[in-house]
Amino acid sequence: MSSPIVKLVAQRIALGILLLLAVSVLIFAGTQILPGDVAQAILGQSATPESLANLREQLGLNDPALIRYFRWLGGVVTGDLGTAMSSGQDIAMSIKGRLWNTLFLAFWAAVVAVPLAIILGLIAVRYRNGWVDKLISGLALASTSFPEFFIGYVLVYFFAVKYQIFPGISTVYDEMPFGERMQAIMLPAAALTLVVLAHMMRMTRAAILNVMQSAYVETAELKGLSAFAVIRRHAFPNAIAPIINVVMLNLAYLIVGVVVVEVIFVYPGMGQYLVDHVTKRDVPVVQAVGLIFAAVYISLNIIADIAAIVANPRLRHPK
Amino acid sequence: MADQRAKSVLLDIRNLRIEATVFPPGEAPKNIVLVHDVSLTLEKGKVLGLIGESGAGKSTIGLASMGYGRGGVRITGGEVILNGRDILKGGKEGFRKLRGREVCYVAQSAAAAFNPAHRLMDQVVEATLLHGTATRAAAEKRAIALFKKLSLPNPESIGERFPHQVSGGQLQRVMTAMALCSEPDLIVFDEPTTALDVTTQIDVLAAIKDAIRDTHVAALYITHDLAVVAQVSDEIMVLRHGRLVEWGGTRQIIKEPRQEYTNALVSVHEIEHQEQKPGTNPFLSVKNITAAYGRSHIKVLKNVSVDIYPGQTLAVVGESGSGKSTLARAITGLLPPEQGTVTFDGRPLANRLADRPKEDLRQLQMIYQMADVAMNPRQTVGTIIGRPLEFYFGLRGRERDKRVAELLDKIEMGKGFVDRYPAELSGGQKQRVCIARSLAAKPKLIICDEVTSALDPLVANGILKLLLELQKEENVAYLFITHDLATVKSIADSIAVMYRGEVVRYGAKSQVLAPPFDAYTDLLLSSVPEMEIGWLEKAIKGRRMASAGN
Repeated sequence: MSSPIVKLVAQRIALGILLLLAVSVLIFAGTQILPGDVAQAILGQSATPESLANLREQLGLNDPALIRYFRWLGGVVTGDLGTAMSSGQDIAMSIKGRLWNTLFLAFWAAVVAVPLAIILGLIAVRYRNGWVDKLISGLALASTSFPEFFIGYVLVYFFAVKYQIFPGISTVYDEMPFGERMQAIMLPAAALTLVVLAHMMRMTRAAILNVMQSAYVETAELKGLSAFAVIRRHAFPNAIAPIINVVMLNLAYLIVGVVVVEVIFVYPGMGQYLVDHVTKRDVPVVQAVGLIFAAVYISLNIIADIAAIVANPRLRHPK
Repeated sequence: MADQRAKSVLLDIRNLRIEATVFPPGEAPKNIVLVHDVSLTLEKGKVLGLIGESGAGKSTIGLASMGYGRGGVRITGGEVILNGRDILKGGKEGFRKLRGREVCYVAQSAAAAFNPAHRLMDQVVEATLLHGTATRAAAEKRAIALFKKLSLPNPESIGERFPHQVSGGQLQRVMTAMALCSEPDLIVFDEPTTALDVTTQIDVLAAIKDAIRDTHVAALYITHDLAVVAQVSDEIMVLRHGRLVEWGGTRQIIKEPRQEYTNALVSVHEIEHQEQKPGTNPFLSVKNITAAYGRSHIKVLKNVSVDIYPGQTLAVVGESGSGKSTLARAITGLLPPEQGTVTFDGRPLANRLADRPKEDLRQLQMIYQMADVAMNPRQTVGTIIGRPLEFYFGLRGRERDKRVAELLDKIEMGKGFVDRYPAELSGGQKQRVCIARSLAAKPKLIICDEVTSALDPLVANGILKLLLELQKEENVAYLFITHDLATVKSIADSIAVMYRGEVVRYGAKSQVLAPPFDAYTDLLLSSVPEMEIGWLEKAIKGRRMASAGN
């Protein structure tokens, strides 16, 4: 690897870490602004001034905010996300399984959605402005326009209630065999796929169409290449950077934005965990989940940036 | 005899008619005819030059011989008979089999025509492999042999490079190799040297000519430069507005043109301009300017000094990257120089544009190469020309309109254009409006940055004549930036030759263009194509002798 790439990649990673730190400050500050503190929340109705003071002393809440922030950050860095107030359980332990569930769902949704979106985009360009293109664009737009809970319930109605092919409630547990697990996530994965498909497909189409105006596409046509070969070999490789960007944005959405779909299908993932604890006003859990979502979002975008850098032949092969 | 000729005919185009649908803004789409019933024949191994201004239909005809139309262009009549069969009857499949195998294409800008994502070798052998005429190993071997023939450096390894790693002149040769690699019967060269510097053009031209001769391929050579086409063609066809004007042997066309239009093309550069002697007091002096972009250590201008005298023209000439436009940016304050000063009327001008008073801004005006992007497409000609009148002189209402009309008169366009939009003007008219806009400020100096480079020769000639007339009337000075030495010869009073950021030769026109020359000016002058058969061979030979003498 050549030096300009290493430098650019290092820059992106450093920026990402900096950004994540800034987000952690915001999350911490946000929870400080809220009225009441953890001690009050734990003791609730039974709080007396003495018990409150004791608990605060015990939890270190009397220390200045800066010290508490670094204590929290230090914990996060070493893998200690604190203790949930509502259940008294270790947050890191409860999140581990749920994060894995969310990633599992997102992974399978992406495995279907990303190639499908790109292939549909390529086909739309091949038959641009014809009926195939319009059909693809129309269906994709329609699936995006419906809210995800609507799509979710329509899927449940047909595939779980009417034809009973897949379960309507996606319960999964740790020892579940792979096949059953796949069957359980089928409907939420389908709902997620339909939600993210159109955006990726339309951006793929637009990015490739943009490149189709280039002189090198004409050169390829004048070599006698078939229309699809021109798109695949000559247009697509030059449209890859914007496509990667939109794919990564949607992958981030699959992980961070699944809240609604997880709640509909009662899927034990991060989204449902977050919603549960927001209703319980469990601040440490909300902090931890918020930080993890931010980390996922930022890292996927860094990956998109790096992929775009690596895809650029000018950077890969400097003069 | 006639029978023999018929056998050797490769391409026979009969009554070709090409149409396109255009979508003028605010009007219904309409059909226009780009090529009107043009016929031509080309024998095997011969070169036919297609020449004309933009819109003459020369590229359209060239692409039609591959069954290709750009955008909404359609072939609506006639026959294109290649190797004895009408290719227009072959349908899409037929076109695909023919393109890249029987006919190949060399584009104007190889830099844009190569795919930036793939290595050169993969692109060069792509058509050969696609049509299955050779194995990959055989095709690559052939490509390397062609790289050698076209005198590319490192022929064995240049194919491993990506397009951005190779210079423009080299890319143009690689593209010629790409066209030759599948051993076609016909190559369409579409302005293959137009985008190159003159000193590069001559080598590429010689390489293309040798390759055509050695491989016995036939060629359609499309260009607007008659001097260039005279070097490579056996016959020349002159086209105008999609119609045939004249078709004949190369010697006949350039020595005894029969049509008036051909004659105008042949004698295009004959503008008479009496050189004025520099006065004693330059009104603008550039002293020892050094400039760089950003914090770069690469100096784009190195210690440049020139003087400009009232009502005279200083031509700055050089290749792309020599720093000519940067000099203009330094003078106008767009790029503050690191060292050196610009003195105007005896006092130093502020380095930065933002620090200059309005009056200084008024005195220096600019005209650009691309007139279309130098005007707001949503403003009328009247608004465009009227703006500096309001801005510098506070003219309003009737007074302003009167002055706009005067200016339109000066550029020979008339009041009728006041309400027109730039999109409704031709290239030459657009440039005239830009000239009027700069004149409106009544400047002492107008900086003309390649103002005729994007125009057809005859239109460019009109612009140059206009500039010279205006200079007499308004006593305005020009700093004329160009790469075209013929233009310099016709309008300059003094000349500065720039090379890699330095002025290598500077003085009155008659001095600069008279021997003894320095090495670079000699190279530059000897590279300008002359309308004379055999010039190319002579120039190349002269160059070899010069390098042997070194």
